Amino acid sequence: MHGNRFRHNLLTALLLGPATAWLVVFLVLPFIAITVFSVGERAPEGGYQAAFTLAQYANLPARATAFWNTMVLAPAGALACLLVAYPVAYYLALRAPERWRLILLALVVIPFWTSLLMRTYAWMYVLGGRGIPALLAYVGIEDIRLINTPGAVLLGIVYGYLPLMILPIYVSLERLDRRLLEASADLGATPVSTFLGVTLRLSLPGVMTGFSLVMILLLGEYLIPTLLGGGKVFFIGNALVDLFLQSRNWPFGSAIAITLVLVSVVVLIAANRISTRLSGARRVDLI
Amino acid sequence: MTAVPDIEFRGVTKRYGSVTAVSGIDLAIPPSAFVALLGPSGCGKTTCLRMIGGFEQPSEGAVFIRGRDMAGTPPYRRPVNMVFQQYALFPHLDVEDNISYGLRQARPRLSTREITSRAGEALAMVRLAGYGRRKIHELSGGQQQRVALARALVNKPAVLLLDEPLAALDKKLRTDMQIELQNLQREIGITFVLVTHDQEEALSMSDFVCVMNGGRIVQLGQPSEIYDEPADLFVADFVGKTNLLSGKVAGRSGDLVDVALANGTVIAARRRVPLSQGDTVSVSLRPEMLSLGPPGNGSLRGIVRNRIFLGSTAEYAIEVQGIGSLLAKADHQIGQGNLFKPGEPVAIGFAAGAPLAFPQPKNNGTNQRENQHVEIIS
Repeated sequence: MHGNRFRHNLLTALLLGPATAWLVVFLVLPFIAITVFSVGERAPEGGYQAAFTLAQYANLPARATAFWNTMVLAPAGALACLLVAYPVAYYLALRAPERWRLILLALVVIPFWTSLLMRTYAWMYVLGGRGIPALLAYVGIEDIRLINTPGAVLLGIVYGYLPLMILPIYVSLERLDRRLLEASADLGATPVSTFLGVTLRLSLPGVMTGFSLVMILLLGEYLIPTLLGGGKVFFIGNALVDLFLQSRNWPFGSAIAITLVLVSVVVLIAANRISTRLSGARRVDLI
Repeated sequence: MTAVPDIEFRGVTKRYGSVTAVSGIDLAIPPSAFVALLGPSGCGKTTCLRMIGGFEQPSEGAVFIRGRDMAGTPPYRRPVNMVFQQYALFPHLDVEDNISYGLRQARPRLSTREITSRAGEALAMVRLAGYGRRKIHELSGGQQQRVALARALVNKPAVLLLDEPLAALDKKLRTDMQIELQNLQREIGITFVLVTHDQEEALSMSDFVCVMNGGRIVQLGQPSEIYDEPADLFVADFVGKTNLLSGKVAGRSGDLVDVALANGTVIAARRRVPLSQGDTVSVSLRPEMLSLGPPGNGSLRGIVRNRIFLGSTAEYAIEVQGIGSLLAKADHQIGQGNLFKPGEPVAIGFAAGAPLAFPQPKNNGTNQRENQHVEIIS
């Protein structure tokens, strides 16, 4: 009996070992390091010098613009993504002919196979001086500036993260029991009432999953603001790169990173709470 | 004066691509009736129900509800409500909100007070008072069943449609619900249309049974008619237990025909369609028509193979030479000691004319159910 139990425990440990080691080395230790850094001081020649001060956190307002941009554009981007993704997911799950469904889903995913960097570069040219503005000038609309605006960043965000929003919503709509829609119609609900009262409500877990997934990734977004915002629309991600690599102010960068993690956690928990309550589900798988 | 039927099918055919699910159905369901659509799976009964509900449109013909042609009327504008198979209750709403769902859709809007009081009455009607704030997943199957009933009935539909409503319940609960449904129907007085593949359920609950097979109505009648006077071999075999013996028509004696069975015994049987000498027939003999006695008298002789004692009755499997195994059911009287033992020889008797002879389908036996095409008798 005893030996059996031991073997069982050993097996469990062996199976969980690699993942645990991975998490410890690449998540827990860096997280501890950054936490320690964030209460330290910048060494005179850059980097980190041991200390205990909350000065870095007090200094956060110095990067208020990056925080502000992130806090506005990340939710706005996720929302814009959602508005585009929901009809697509709805069509794929409930309206598209069965034999087309797989092909259409593949079309949603395939752009993901090319690098986001390349696709964003492409947008740089499309939106840049010799892209759409040049076309507009040709038909007489002059002086339209698209690149390096918040609008360009938003567009890049929607384009880049759309599949991440479509897929979880698709899954929750696909799982929806069609007889519930019939029951709703049977009880006198018009198609609009059925959509609002049943379809939308029951797909909320998917909506929340997609929303928090995109939102969290956007909080750390670096590439799209750099390429399409041209340094004018600055995200926290850009601030972090700047602080760690350019000005080598590790403690301040760490304080910003920690704050970002805390905000992400709050967003996750809030999204989970909301969707659980509204959809009446017992438990929601977030990712 | 004839009342307008609650539900009427006129020449209704439904095709899915090349498959015909329902073909040329004419049916009128009188007001305040409990009607069962009975048949094996794939016979078209559920399609018929869904056409009443508005979830399917007939390919030909028309469905009328209380005299109104329902062509083009969507489900949410039809005065009927359905209890779905597996109930289809809304998982994100509690019991009371499920029940009041239909009331909230009413235009002009009902007052909150009216909605609450009617939902409360509906809950009480299905004996679930006090369960209003429970979540659906906290209820047992039987309770969910009753919520589905209340959710449909609270809207005061002209007709209640029930799609295999008891299929998911265990036997004891099913029997209770059968009685409860019957009582409800009598209390409310609206028409219930029940779809079921369970012949016992159809016979025990409904005023009329509509037996369907291969997309057609094979027989429409009161339960006792369906059981005692099946229209054809399919109905005889599908409804209730029966022994089917094959034989040849040997002659006629008045209204009855003489059928020579495989072992040479000649029995007198009733018939539903004209038969002539030499026709191959199947004779249906209900187990309870057979009486068992000591060897000597009776038309058939056999040996008891198995006995299943059921308390008030006993069922016997009796091996008859040249015919095969027959099922017989005998009442048991306490202290009479009239039970036969396996291995005992017995004589099997039945009243003349108790057997029913049907012409045997041309294509020998195996898939006779699918290939029976019998004109509608209604």
